[in-house]
Amino acid sequence: MIINHPLLGPRDAAEFVYLGDAALMDRPDWQAENAAEAFYEYGYLRDNIAGQMQELWYHEQGDRSWLVVTRDTLTHEITAVEMARDVARARTSSKELERSI
Amino acid sequence: MSQINRIKGGLIDRSKSLNFTFNGKSMQGHAGDTLASALLANGQVLVGRSFKYHRPRGIFAAGSEEPNALVQLRAGAAQEPNTRATVAELFDGLNATSQNHRGRLEFDLMAVTDLMSPFLSAGFYYKTFMWPKAFWEKIYEPAIRHSAGLGRLSMQEDPDTYDKGFLHCDLLVIGAGPSGLAAALAGARSGARVILADEDFAVGGRLNAETLEIDGMAGADWAIQTVAELAAMDNVRLMTRTTIYGAYDHGVYGALERCTDHLASANGKPRQILWRIYSKRAVLAAGAIERPIAFGNNDRPGIMLAGAVRTYVNRYGVTPGQRVAILTNNDDGWRTAADLAKKGVEVRVIIDTRDAPAVCDVPSARHIRSAGVVDTAGRRALKRITLTDGQMIDVDCLAVSGGWNPALHLTCHQRGRPTWREDISAFVPGTDLPQGMVVAGAANGQLALAAALAEGRKAANVQVKDLGFTVSRNPAPKAEDEPQDCAPKWHIPSGKTRAWVDLQNDVTVKDIKQSHQEGFRSVEHLKRYTTTGMATDQGKTSNIPALAIMAECSGKTIPETGTTIFRPPYTPVPLGALAGRARGTDFRPYRLTPSHEWAKANGATFIEVGNWLRAQWFVRGAEAGWRDSVDREVLTTRQSVGICDVTTLGKIDVQGRDAAEFLNLVYANGFAKLAVGRVRYGIMLREDGVCYDDGTTARMSENHYVMTTTTANAVLVFRRLEFVRQCLRPDLDVHLISTTDAWAQFAVAGPKARDLLRKIVDDTQDMSNDAFPFMACGEVTVCGGTPARLFRISFSGELAYEVAVPARYGNSMIGALMKAGEEFGACPYGTEALGVMRIEKGHAAGNELDGRTTAHNLGMARMVSDKKDCIGNVLSRRPEMLREDAEKLVGFRPVDRSVKLIAGSHFMTKGDEATMANDQGWMTSVAYSPSLGHSIGLGFIKFGDSRMGEIVRAVSPVHDTEMEVEIVSAHFIDPEGERLRA
Repeated sequence: MIINHPLLGPRDAAEFVYLGDAALMDRPDWQAENAAEAFYEYGYLRDNIAGQMQELWYHEQGDRSWLVVTRDTLTHEITAVEMARDVARARTSSKELERSI
Repeated sequence: MSQINRIKGGLIDRSKSLNFTFNGKSMQGHAGDTLASALLANGQVLVGRSFKYHRPRGIFAAGSEEPNALVQLRAGAAQEPNTRATVAELFDGLNATSQNHRGRLEFDLMAVTDLMSPFLSAGFYYKTFMWPKAFWEKIYEPAIRHSAGLGRLSMQEDPDTYDKGFLHCDLLVIGAGPSGLAAALAGARSGARVILADEDFAVGGRLNAETLEIDGMAGADWAIQTVAELAAMDNVRLMTRTTIYGAYDHGVYGALERCTDHLASANGKPRQILWRIYSKRAVLAAGAIERPIAFGNNDRPGIMLAGAVRTYVNRYGVTPGQRVAILTNNDDGWRTAADLAKKGVEVRVIIDTRDAPAVCDVPSARHIRSAGVVDTAGRRALKRITLTDGQMIDVDCLAVSGGWNPALHLTCHQRGRPTWREDISAFVPGTDLPQGMVVAGAANGQLALAAALAEGRKAANVQVKDLGFTVSRNPAPKAEDEPQDCAPKWHIPSGKTRAWVDLQNDVTVKDIKQSHQEGFRSVEHLKRYTTTGMATDQGKTSNIPALAIMAECSGKTIPETGTTIFRPPYTPVPLGALAGRARGTDFRPYRLTPSHEWAKANGATFIEVGNWLRAQWFVRGAEAGWRDSVDREVLTTRQSVGICDVTTLGKIDVQGRDAAEFLNLVYANGFAKLAVGRVRYGIMLREDGVCYDDGTTARMSENHYVMTTTTANAVLVFRRLEFVRQCLRPDLDVHLISTTDAWAQFAVAGPKARDLLRKIVDDTQDMSNDAFPFMACGEVTVCGGTPARLFRISFSGELAYEVAVPARYGNSMIGALMKAGEEFGACPYGTEALGVMRIEKGHAAGNELDGRTTAHNLGMARMVSDKKDCIGNVLSRRPEMLREDAEKLVGFRPVDRSVKLIAGSHFMTKGDEATMANDQGWMTSVAYSPSLGHSIGLGFIKFGDSRMGEIVRAVSPVHDTEMEVEIVSAHFIDPEGERLRA
């Protein structure tokens, strides 16, 4: 497979390490009332979709950036590649926005 | 034997004669021959024995689809079994032997199995070797293994080398036949970077095997002219002897180039190269493969595919027989008859299964309509055929044509499904092709020449235009289309006579019918039950006939029956090529510490730790075994001073305004209050609460920390830290650099460590205990100005420091340290002494942090701060993780001090039976302590911390041992920690 790195262009998948469901970026709040349940789900109940899925890939043999790759697990078609840092920042700021409203 | 079957013409070089042997018999061929054509030229019709029944078999095809003619090439370590004679290029001195027979090829003792064939039908093994169970391993398996299999491995190390490489192109053209050449030409003329690959050593594909004309010249000449034009363009790479064996995701193709297989010796060059080709677009022009028709005894040597017979005559100047019969269901079979007649080969009869007039005039040949062959005779070579009407005809070669199947394999490597085309009775590529691929020519079902040329050119033009290149205006090469009518005929009912479908696996029409009767009706079940379509040829000639017969049985159409799934590789790829250079000690790279050469010169034995080679111990003088050296290293360190290279520990530079907050999140214990110039031990958890790694982190300045990890987890910890930094807390100002390779680091341990380092560290640093106490750190200079870092940390439990210098000074540093240590009798120590001392001190290491143990198990539960978030915090507090009866880390010593403890032993309370139910825990690490003079151990045992002094049994059923051990503190040496604070 070839992953089109947002900074470095098309790179072979062999340069990357695969982690899985990008939901791992949504780490629960440790002080929430349901923290135990939320962390249990976060740690053990991950989706494994037959179809389009957002996944985390780490460019270990490259610039060491974590990427969010949108990939169809049936056809391996990759429709989007984003820097995980940008995705995480966008999510954090939208959460903050929610709180301020 | 002379070349009795050599006739005029052909593309061989008759001026170059090549000597070779087959089963020890000397023979001669010419440059341009394959082993198969040379064997046929010499009249060697019988070339092997079949897989199951040991039937005599000959050459069946002329290309990589060959199911029968598998031979062993070369001798000694370079011996290669199961090579298809049809693709083995002849060279001077080639040495080939036949396979799968006991005794001589002509009188195979195993041929007796053929008489037992009524008992050896489909599923024979499943049905027969059932009982008694005791026979499975001892009797059945050895017997089956002995009689099964084809060629033999040399059992020696492969003497050849193999390389791997990467190529990039705009357009990959797979196959250099007419449509492939037309495609490559069109692609190259547009300026695109083109790779043209073909498995053959000569380009041209079927043009070399035919008498067709292109642009008014012989097809083979047109191919040579086209290749010359391509070769002159610097945007084209021509790869002959190269099989594109797999189509992978996103335009990546696997290719195997056979560089020296056609030479007597590789001369130090790689034998084969495994290429990974990154293509933007591809044109698949792999051609088509002829299929046989099944009839009674259709497997005798001399019965061949009609296209193959034509190839031997036209390309190699060899006739496979002197009196030839043709059996065909299509127009193309007639071309074989016509070509043979033109070359003066006697064609006795053309048997057409269709009720149709002659396609062309073939002098001297009888034309028999609506007929077939039902039986053949001839023990080791074909002598006679029997027709459906009972008449017998004496022939020594029967050319069979059942129509052509597009070679669409690569279109299905990503689960694409082919579609059925009724007019040519064949599957053609479907619509769900691999990304960027277009199919052209015969591979696309376009079997006629002019159409194939036009389609190849068009396919390339479409592809390069899409990539933004300007399409050239050159027209398609001119040629004529040949007649292609075909009426499906899969098998001719032949009574009780066996009719072969899969020659490589000895599968007959009856086996397929039986498979259907017994309920194995899906093609995937059919394949596995009868083994049809397996092994080296993967059913290239047999799959379609087999499923056509299955369709007949079930009353379904062929497309309803479907095909099995095509998977890479298209043809076999040697394991040596897949391994490449990564074998033996080159399996993976080694990392060497900066003091490696010094250690090697000073008696070190090395051990692999991850990718690192670390000194395990250093032999001195007359030391006889490793224990002598290790005991001395431990005692010297504990009594004076020892030096150990600890460069391999992971080092991560953590910098930024929020570095402290970041460390607080990744470590279970708190780091926010760590003062500048101080070091702290930390443990990391996994998110599920299990211990992950441990190490120390030093605060060098306000926003600068240096973290160490274990050697084994250095890469994983860095990966996880980047995950936390980028994915969980992108808001933090923190930056990470792996500096493991940048610093050479040495532990200096022992009561004389300070005295030694006073001679190394420049005076600007006050080394007194007050100024630089236990767990202090700082930037210093050593040896008169060399920048260095000094840490006062101790893994051994002694007064100890670690001093780090830029890696380039590492080799000098070990020399300087040893010289400074001479007056104290300092010694270097390796990982064994390191391990002994950490067990004596009760420090956990990999054996204790084994991915199952928690901070609670390790007695460090209080380190998991409840005042802050950290990875693993929440789940480490689950009740099951904090059970009161959890196994706790403690020390063990044998009651009988002379006994050696055994790691892996399980603990049983005295009087309990040694069962899983009574299991109390397990021993993780053991060592002989030279300081105490007996064996000591660390381990986990239930309620361990409240059982001090209790005697339990350590049982190891694996070693068949049992001994009494006493539970003691894990800190065997200096439990109060006075030494390390001295």
